[in-house]
This record gives sequence, structure tokens and C-alpha cells, in this order.
Amino acid sequence: MPSSVPRHWRENIKRYRLLGTKCVSCGTIHYPRRTVCPSCKAREMEEYQFKGSGKIYSYTIIRSPPEGYEFCKPYAAALIELEEGEIITAQLTDCNFDDLEIGLPVESVIRRMFAYGESGIIVYGYKFRPILPRM
Amino acid sequence: MQDVAIVGVGCTPVGEPWDKSLREIAVDSTWNALDDAGTDEVDGLVVGNMSSGNFIDQESLGSLIADYGGLGNISAFKVEGACGSAGAAFKAGVMAVASGYHDVVCVTGVEKMTDVVGNSATKILANACDREYEAIHGVTFVGLNAMIMKRYMHDYKVTREQISTFPVNSHKNGVKNPNAMFRREISLDTVLNSPMVADPLTVMDCAPICDGAASVILTTRERAREFTDTPVFIKGCSVKVDTIGVHDRATVTSMAATKAAAKDAFAQAKMEPKDIQTAELHDAFSIMGVIGLEDLGFVAAGKGAKFAADGEIAIGGKLPCCTMGGLKARGHPVGATGVYQIVELAKNIRGDGVIDVENGIAQNIGGTGSTVSVAILGRDD
Repeated sequence: MPSSVPRHWRENIKRYRLLGTKCVSCGTIHYPRRTVCPSCKAREMEEYQFKGSGKIYSYTIIRSPPEGYEFCKPYAAALIELEEGEIITAQLTDCNFDDLEIGLPVESVIRRMFAYGESGIIVYGYKFRPILPRM
Repeated sequence: MQDVAIVGVGCTPVGEPWDKSLREIAVDSTWNALDDAGTDEVDGLVVGNMSSGNFIDQESLGSLIADYGGLGNISAFKVEGACGSAGAAFKAGVMAVASGYHDVVCVTGVEKMTDVVGNSATKILANACDREYEAIHGVTFVGLNAMIMKRYMHDYKVTREQISTFPVNSHKNGVKNPNAMFRREISLDTVLNSPMVADPLTVMDCAPICDGAASVILTTRERAREFTDTPVFIKGCSVKVDTIGVHDRATVTSMAATKAAAKDAFAQAKMEPKDIQTAELHDAFSIMGVIGLEDLGFVAAGKGAKFAADGEIAIGGKLPCCTMGGLKARGHPVGATGVYQIVELAKNIRGDGVIDVENGIAQNIGGTGSTVSVAILGRDD
């Protein structure tokens, strides 16, 4: 896999902070961010900060990973329905596979996603975990 | 717009032909179809292919196949729509003839997947979904379909056992197809107890990684009889898209692109689902066959698995599906699959297939339903 710095650098802040867009015209929110609103075709967007909590909409356990992801196999992946209503794709972490179920509340954390080999860049981003008890 | 007919079909056996390159299988299949049509001339070649650049470091397939096929300075180019590439290429070929731009067009779908090893193929296949927001999370293509299946089972209270009758049916039908990769029956227990790839999909719920090429020769109604006594006509043909990411859809348990393409194709054909006699569904994963039945309008949402489990998709049932093995048993050389479906459907209609029908439908899916083509074929009216 060729290592590309700009490809990840330009996405970093949005990935770390779950920054999406909100259509100025119709108010629809999007993650990933968009430049054209699929609901009303308007092209004026403002930044929208997602809170980072949600629940599992569906999930699976990946036992046969693609090249570059072997280091963490097997791992759980999910469609997460965010509190704001958007659904996004992410890995689940810090969890027992047997505890997973549709509807389980989860929260986002920053984790290593993959690395371009031993000497390449490391790509970080969000994963989700079952919500930890708060003090 | 002119009516378009299929006057020649051809393909290579699906499998792992390590002694043959992409250009060799593509040329073999193209000439099989030309021989079948009794001609050695076409004025256009449309190539369906998903990812030759990643699988074998080769692009410019229009030139490559026309060149090594000895077809001369014709119009030739590649059409891409992930695993739906061949269905999209077929539509491009139909449009070329229907519009009058070309008289005789060959559509060849080809994929050479086995020159790379397993996890590289898994990575390349994940290019069919959103690399930046799905695949980057390590979600495989099987994984996305597994999540669709998990949600489907949750919403409709359907069991794995019912859904997994699809591969059992496809394997049974593959036995009779000399070009199928797997020509042996499997039991439901085999599917359920095979190693898990991405829960709840086992390896026997998933179509294999393989090589293959398939071709059809298209011409106008006016010229069809020059080539064959049994032309098969394109009654309807449509390609529609949906969001690239599964996460951006209003529902993950049905495909808006299939519904839109089916609506379009049925309107062109002036037909309804009840008129259709056989279906080549895109059963790359068991759940895709089930959802295909529903989105094409054969059964209501949530009823596809029961319809299959009741034996209605078997040869002899209400709607024989995947009659030559489907993606699961014939094999799924991704960018070639859509043309294999057309070849098999055309054979069934013209009389040298495995069932006797007057018409049928083919559905080819790219990505997780991001690009879907639907074609309705039939005998002359």
C-alpha cells in the first residue's frame, strides 16, 4: 500500500473530531462532510460538530481482514447511529464480542486505525466503545 | 431508437486458470461469442472490468483486448462500476446499438483476480465501497454485507437458515453448468457450519474469488437474422446508482438502486414482475439474493428468505433463480459477472440453456448496491 501523507493529513481534523457539515439552506446534517446537500442541492455549508455518542445500528466481526489490518484481527465493525441521527461506519474497540447487540449505546474514542508498514505513517481516527460508567 | 438483439454469446470456464492471463481469457471469450454469431467483425467493443489496475497493474483494456483479439482500429473502451461493471458495460453496448452509433458491438466482461493473494484481493474488493469512510476502518466488503444481513435478520425476524438456502440452490444448479467453478451440491449444514468470514456470513455464503470472461454480440433488430435464427431481444435495460456508503441510506435492508433500475426496465419492457419466468440474481452473498427478490418486486419486503426456503427459487419452482449456479457456484469474477448473467439468460431463452423460458431478468450489483443494472431479455414478440 503506497504511503500518502496529504491523503490523510487533509482528513485528520475532521476524523479526530467528527466534524461534519450542516446545510445552511435546509438544515440537514451530514457526516462525512459534503459540498452539495443531497436533500436540497444547496451548496452553502457550515461546519457541524457531532457529539460522538450513539448506538449500534448493525455490526459484524471481521475475521478475514484486508491487507494492512491483520494486526488487530479479529475485530468488530459497526454501523453507528449517532445521537444526531446520522449513521456512520467505524470499528468497535474495548469490547467483548459476546456483549455486542443492536441498540447498544457507544461513544467515540481516538485510536490507531492502521500503519503503512514498520516505517510508514500511522493513521489515527475514531473507533467506538461501549459507554463507560461516569464518576 | 432501434431494438437491440443478442446474436452471439460466449464465455470462459470460471476458476483459477493460472496458465492464462487477462488478455487471453478476454480474447477467448470474445471469439467464442463472435464464433457463435458467425462473424469476425465488430465496430465497437465495450469492456466491463472492475479493477485490472489493482489486480494486474494493467489499464487501457479497450486497446489491449481489441489489439490481442485482432479486431483492428475499432471503437473500444472500458466501463467501470465495481462488481456491477459488466452490467454497466452491457448497457453502454445496448445504447451504442440502439442509438445507431454502431451496428455490431461486442460487450466483454473480464476479471483476473487470482494473480494476487487473498488479503490483497480483499483490499482491492473493498475499493467498491467508500475508501475514505468505510474501507479505511478495516471494514471489508463481506463485512458490509454481513452488517446488512444482521440488520435484515433483526428487522424481519428471519433466520440464517432461511437466508442460506440461496447458496444451496446455486450449487445445485451449478452442477449442470460446464463453465461453473463449483459443480457440486452442498447442504444447508455445510453453509451454516463453514468458517465465519464476517458474522453472520460464512465462507459458503460468499461468492469465490476467481477469474473469468464473458461476451455477447449485439446488433439491431434489422440485422439480427443475418447472424442467427434465434436472436434474443433486450426488452428493458437500466443502470441506477445509490449512495456510495451503506451508512448514508434511508434503509440498509433494501436497495434503492435496484428498485429504480427495475422500475425503469419494467416500464421499457411494458412488463410486470409476474410476467418474468426466471431471474439471474446477484447472489454474491446469500443476503443479496434475498433482498434482490424483494427489490425486483417478486415478493414483499421481508418475504424473500421464506420464498427461497420454500423452494420457489429452484428449477421447477415459481421463479427459477441463478439457473447456472449464480455468483456462488458459477463464480464471481467481479467485472465479468454481469455479462455471464446475460449469457446464461440468453441461452435459457434461445433454447440451449438449462430451462425453457421465453423471458427473464438479470440483476448485477456494484458495491453494496451503489451501482445496479437490471436487464430484461425475451424472445421476439
